[in-house]
Formats: sequence, structure tokens, C-alpha cells
Amino acid sequence: MIYFDYNATTPVDEAVFEAMSPFFCQIYGNASSLHQSGRRARAALDEARHKVAMVFNVHPKQVVFTSGGTESNNLALKGLSALLPASQLIVSPIEHASVRVPAHELAWAGWKLLMPRVNEAGLVDLEDLERMLKQKSGLISVMLANNETGVLQPVSEIARLGKKFGAFVHTDAVQAFGKISVDFNSLGVDALSIAGHKIYGPKGVGALIVREGIDLMPVLTGGSQERGLRAGTENVAAIVGFAEASKLAVENLSLTNRLGEYRDQLENGVLALGGQIFGKGSPRVANTSYFAFEGIDGPKLASRLNDFGFCVATGSACSSGKTEPSSVLGAMGISESLARGAIRVSFGKQNIKSDVEKLLSVMTQCLLTMGMDTACI
Amino acid sequence: MAYSDKVLQHYENPRNVGSFDKNEQGVATGMVGAPACGDVMKLQIKVNTDGVIEDARFKTYGCGSAIASSSLVTEWIKGKTLDEAMTIRNTEIAEELALPPVKIHCSILAEDAIKAAIEDYRSKYDGQSLLSAKANNE
Amino acid sequence: MEQKAVNLPIYLDYSATTPVDPRVAEKMVPYLTEFFGNPASRSHAYGWTAEKAVENARNEVAALVKCDSREIIWTSGATESNNLAIKGAAHFHKGKGRHLITQKTEHKAVLDTMRELEREGYEVTYLDVEKNGLVSLDVFRAALRSDTILASIMMVNNEIGVIQPIAELGEICRTKGVLFHVDAAQATGKVNIDLQLMQVDLMSFSAHKTYGPKGIGALYVRRKPRVRLEGQMHGGGHERGLRSGTLATHQIVGMGEAFRLAREEMNSENERIRYLRDRLLDGLTQIEETYVNGDLVKRVPHNINISFNFVEGESLIMAIKELAVSSGSACTSASLEPSYVLRALGRNDELAHSSIRFSIGRFTTEAEIDFAIDLIRKKINRLREMSPLWEMFKDGVDLDKVQWAAH
Repeated sequence: MIYFDYNATTPVDEAVFEAMSPFFCQIYGNASSLHQSGRRARAALDEARHKVAMVFNVHPKQVVFTSGGTESNNLALKGLSALLPASQLIVSPIEHASVRVPAHELAWAGWKLLMPRVNEAGLVDLEDLERMLKQKSGLISVMLANNETGVLQPVSEIARLGKKFGAFVHTDAVQAFGKISVDFNSLGVDALSIAGHKIYGPKGVGALIVREGIDLMPVLTGGSQERGLRAGTENVAAIVGFAEASKLAVENLSLTNRLGEYRDQLENGVLALGGQIFGKGSPRVANTSYFAFEGIDGPKLASRLNDFGFCVATGSACSSGKTEPSSVLGAMGISESLARGAIRVSFGKQNIKSDVEKLLSVMTQCLLTMGMDTACI
Repeated sequence: MAYSDKVLQHYENPRNVGSFDKNEQGVATGMVGAPACGDVMKLQIKVNTDGVIEDARFKTYGCGSAIASSSLVTEWIKGKTLDEAMTIRNTEIAEELALPPVKIHCSILAEDAIKAAIEDYRSKYDGQSLLSAKANNE
Repeated sequence: MEQKAVNLPIYLDYSATTPVDPRVAEKMVPYLTEFFGNPASRSHAYGWTAEKAVENARNEVAALVKCDSREIIWTSGATESNNLAIKGAAHFHKGKGRHLITQKTEHKAVLDTMRELEREGYEVTYLDVEKNGLVSLDVFRAALRSDTILASIMMVNNEIGVIQPIAELGEICRTKGVLFHVDAAQATGKVNIDLQLMQVDLMSFSAHKTYGPKGIGALYVRRKPRVRLEGQMHGGGHERGLRSGTLATHQIVGMGEAFRLAREEMNSENERIRYLRDRLLDGLTQIEETYVNGDLVKRVPHNINISFNFVEGESLIMAIKELAVSSGSACTSASLEPSYVLRALGRNDELAHSSIRFSIGRFTTEAEIDFAIDLIRKKINRLREMSPLWEMFKDGVDLDKVQWAAH
């Protein structure tokens, strides 16, 4: 099998696994325990927090470990909104469900939810967002890189606007981290979400980086872990692995050059086959390609590809269980019929150049058997 | 709780643990703290006819820092006059033992114990100098 | 008899957390590096493999507690399960009433969540427990009101190990139409849990108290009669919409295997642990002025919580640093407050301060227990030699009558 779904999840890196492995059976203490076994766990936790803080150029106390990206996003929206009286919430329509759904929850609780336009290249319309901000301040959440298209959003500009109008700004950087360089301070946001399993770290762990001086309201209660911001026995093994993966993500950023070449090579092939590429004109992360062929059902194509040993996605992993077309493409104004054909290829560490050639040739065969107009090929 | 080396030394090898007979001539006792608060210190001094503390004993119910604080002050007060001993401040104890902020109350308790013992001595032997007590005994 | 060598420090804090059983770790590893797919990926084999492993594990968890696997929701641990059960039920049923019941000896994860609900306008009754740590059925029954929506009582107490009468409490709740949540984080692998027999609506589980990994837990949500909850973690709609977030396959696989081992080995393991506990208890209660906290019969064999009178707890912990034990629960022991659980039993502050929780587990040996007994005896003697309270006690002074200087 050749895996092309690194945006859905990644394998744990060998070095990350090495870093984690003592924390299952040997250094297993509860980090809240005062005895040696607990203190060793605590020390590992402190070191991990320090490592993540270094990566984002923040103070360790700004790092709140969570159970993953979804929890980080929930904590950001609920934790920040709790600091304000119900006012206005600006969330882009292409956010991950773990931002969109809490946003709708807040709307139920009395917040006015606004969604700025997104252009057909997948970019959030800054002018529209500013117009909304001028009406009323509150909380903004716009992702750094979209999980489906890979399009990079103008988050530092949004943060600047947020500051100007006195709004909190959160960004979901789960898909951007490890693919572009992410500096918390130069982005200028108030909170930023990251997750372990998108950066060759383990699943079940993530973090929210919070600007100094913001006293977030916790979502999970029942213990003083994470300085009272997130109750629950710390998942030391996963946190240690996550920290190591974060460090490596920065060290290995140059990998993206290679993945960018694969992406371009693939997209040339897709275009030659008559496909349409989403977000191509926009700044994107290097590893992601999102495309469709008119009249070809995406899930069906993905299934054929899987039969030949190629793993691709049809949309974001979390919602691909449903049959509705991608809401991200909907927000970009892509027709439903084309959106139903969406295929996402996301490259990663273990891909090699020949994988792309193989994928293209098998995809050509599949398209032919699926009845695509051969004239295009 | 990370303890300093000095706390550990005193805790492992406390100096002057024990009790004097409280009715012995020149002996006075200070007991401070409360079990409910987690520390009780008993400090005894034996004062010689020159008004100098020639020996001291302690017993402490409390954490390692409380034990170390009391052990330390028994060493410090030996050889001091009562007035000199009165000048010992909790900050000096805390500094010597490198006590963390949550353990400062142990040093305060030790200072209080010294004062309580001296007070006991003064009330016990009030108006009656030890010398005359000695003369009476003879 | 020559004493067998033991490795120091000796871990006797299995109630705080357990090591991952090597057999569990072995099952987990391939899901980190090899079968690493996202269980929510529907378009390829990596996703399907992961999903299958997740469902197998769900079956194992369900099998241990005798429920339907569709009644098991994965969470990041018992704290999250408790949050989801209590807030989720309270929010969903707020139209019916705003009163909840719990007891004073619950874990912080329940108590703090209740406090949170009080801030939201709910009313919570915190029941007192008997001297033995058990909640009285009459007291419980009397607390139920027409607007009570949920009661939350833990199965096994984390500090003192007592087992609450869950089956009886469940029956009371069912008759009154009140939802019943049980925090069973400390119970799995220690007591039999049969959700076919017990009328429990919601039950929280944790892996890392049962030789599984940290960061994974589950919530049992009864299907018949159906229990409705409001999800607390929102997003992709995983776990039937009750708990969003990418499933951590390796951790779930670990929890499944840990619970499978618990099911298979619980009976023989409990027997062995009971033998060790009896040995420890016997050795320690021979020391004068020791008090066991919590009911002596209705308790799991894994836990023994003892107060050593006239000795201060922190200095005792320091004296027995060869033993990894805890005073009070791990989550609160960083503070200097005496354990609220022991206070709820009516123990005075001194006895609460001088309590040690010994928790025995899968890897505890007889030699370790013997070493522990010997060490504790020596150290208690030493500390008592140093204790003015012990001296007064030996002199026949009634310490309750002493006027202590205010400090």
C-alpha cells in the first residue's frame, strides 16, 4: 500500500517512538504524585512543555496540553468566549468541524455568529471580515491552513485586524504546523491549536498555545493539572512524543520542498487528465493537492485506487463518513457535482518520486474504466 | 516537595532530639503549634547560673522542614544568653535551610518555640535569680 | 529466613496509576508506526484497519462490564468521562429539573464538575458518608427530590478503597426515575461489574488504573432505557456525536487489551493481592495506635489506607522514600490540606494528616511487602521518638484536652 493521506494522520516517527517508549512500562508514575516515580514523570512533562515552547517561541506556561486538535479548538472557543459577554463570533466557513460546531454551540448560547466569504481559490475574504469586525468586536477563529485544500489563510493580517478592533483571535494551526514555519508571536494571535498525529507524533495529544496574560476558562474540570486549565491525569508518553515530534517538525521543514515537487508533478498529470485543482491559485502548504474530475464520483475513485494499493482521501477524514459533498468546496462556490468528485492527495515523509508516477498511471486506468471521456486523455 | 540538602541532613541526623526533666533546675519548655495544623514543636532549654543556654532538646511533630528547623535552632541557641537567643529570626532559619515559601511557617514556628521556651524560663524563675535559687538550695 | 532482594523504590501507588502491562504495550506498538491510519478515514485500508482495531477494543471493554459495545464511548480518560456524563446529562435534562446528588468523598473530577454546574444555576446535594466511608441508603433515598435529574456515586473510592452499594443505589434511582452515574475508574479489574444486573445509566472508565495507557478512557451510556446526553467535545461527530476528536487507535487498543487481561485474570489476581494486603495489614496494625480508614470488609483488596497516630504524614512519606506511596489522593497531595475524604469519615485532622495510602498491584511481590512492613515499623518508631505528641500520649496526657497555642 502507498499512503497519500498524511493530512488525515501520520505514522509515528521512529525517533518519536523511541522518546515515548520508556513511559509505558518503566517511567509510568502519575505526574501529580510526589514520590520519585511521579517526579520523574513530572520532569519529563516539564521538559516536553519546554520543548514545545521553544518551537513556538513562547514561555512554557503558555502551552496547555490537551487530548488533541479537537479539544484544543473546543478549549479555545469555549475558553476564550467565556471571558467575554456574549457578542460577535467570526468564524470562517471553511473551518474544521471542531471549530464550526463549537461556534454553533456558542450561537445557541446567544453569540452572533458571522461567517466571512471565501473566494473560489479558497481564501477567506479579508475585507468582508473587516466589515464584520467594524460592526462589533468579540472572537475570531480562522485556520492557518485548510485541511482539505491546504490553502494558507491570512492569519497574521486577521490578527492585526483583531487587535485593532479589540477581538480575540484564535487560529487552528493543526494542518499548518510541520508544513510551514509557525511563529506564535509574529502571527500575533491569542491562541493557536496544534495536534500530535499530524506531525508524525502520536494520536490523542495536542496543545493550545495561549498568549500571556489571558486567563482561559477551562472546559474539562476536576483536577489542577495544566495549571487548572485542563483536568485529567497527564498522558506523559503521548506528551513526550508530541514534544519530540514538534521539535522534529521544525527541523525537518525542508522536507516540504521535496513534497512540493511531488505535488506539482501530480497536478500536472491531473490537469493533463482534464481534472480541476482546488485552491491552486492561492498560497498553499506544499504537500496537499485537492482535485476532481467532472462526472467522476470521488468515493468511487478512491475505492478503486485503494484496490490498487493507493490510499487517498475524498474530503476531511472526520466528515468523510457522510455522503454530503465537502462544505469547504461549497463555501468556495464549487458546484455540488464537481465537489462530489473531490479527491485529496496529501504527501508525507515516506513518499518517493516514483509513488507519484505510479499514482498517476493507476488513476488514469481507473478513470478510463469509470467511463471518463477518453478524448481528454 | 524537593528538600534542600541542609533540610535532609538535619532530617536524617537530627541534633539534640529528646527531653529534659521539665522540673530539673534551669530547664524551661516551649511548646508551639497544634496537631490540627500539622506541626507541634517542643523546645527545651537548660540555662546555667550565668544565664547562658548550655543545652537544648527538641521533639517535633511535623514535616521534614519543621524537624530540620527545630534541630537547627537547638544548635544555634546553645552557648547563647537568653537575650542573644531572643534575637534569632525566622528569616535566618529559612535562609540557612533554603526553605521554599510553602515551608516558611516551619521557621516561624521554630522562632516562636525559642521565644516560648525563654518566656517559660522567665516566668518560672521570675524575680528569683538562679544564683539565689542556688544559694537556697545549698 | 533470608530476605529476598527487592528493587528500590518499591511502587505501592497503583491507585494513582499503573504501569502499562508489557503485554498491553506490545499490542499498542504496531498501531503507532505500522497500522497508523485514522479510524475515521473511510476511503482506504489504513483507515479500515484502524477502525477494526477500535471496534475490537470496544468489544473488550464492553465484555469486562457486560454491556453492549454500542454503549461504550471513547474519551481521553475518566476525568473527561465524568465531565461528559454529569454536564452532558445535566444540560440535556435541565427542562426536567436542576438538582443533582453526589457524595463528599467523590473524586475531584466529579466534585469540581458539580461545582461548575452550581455556577450554572444547578443545585447539588453533597451527601455525608458514614464513618466507614459508605453512603447510607436511607440518607441517599432521603436526598432524592422530584426535580433530581442525576445522582453520581463512585464504585470504589480512590483514597480508601471502599466499595459503594451500587446495585442498591441503582435500584433506588431507577424507581425514582433519576439517572445514575457511577465513576468506576478505580473498580475495573478489581470488582465484578455486571451492567446487565446493575441499574446504572452512565459509568466512567479509565485505562491507566488498570494497566492500560494514560490518556484514554470510556463512558458507558445505557441504550435501554436510552440515556440522552449533550456532547461536550464538539467537532467531527465521532462517537455517535457524543465525543468528537480523532480516535487515538494505539491507546484504544491498549485499553481494550488491558480490559481483556483484567477480565481473564481478575479472579486469580485478586486472590494474590488479597494475600499480600492481609500480610501488609497484619504487619502494620501490629504497630500501636494505627487506624485503618474505611470499611474493612467492603473494600477492594488493592488498597489499604492507614493513619499512624502522632506521626505527621509528610515526614513519614519522607522517611519511607524507598516506598512510592501517597498521602491523600495524588491529585491533591501537592497541597498541604489534609485529605477531604478522610475528613468526611470524621477523622480528626491529625489522623487525616498522618494517613498513608498503600495500593498493591499486579507487579507487587511478597518480598516487597515484607520490606515495606519492616521499613515502616522502624521509621514510625523513629518519628515517634521525635514526636512530642507521642511523648504526651505515653505520659497519659489527653491530647484533646490540651489548649494548643493558636498559630
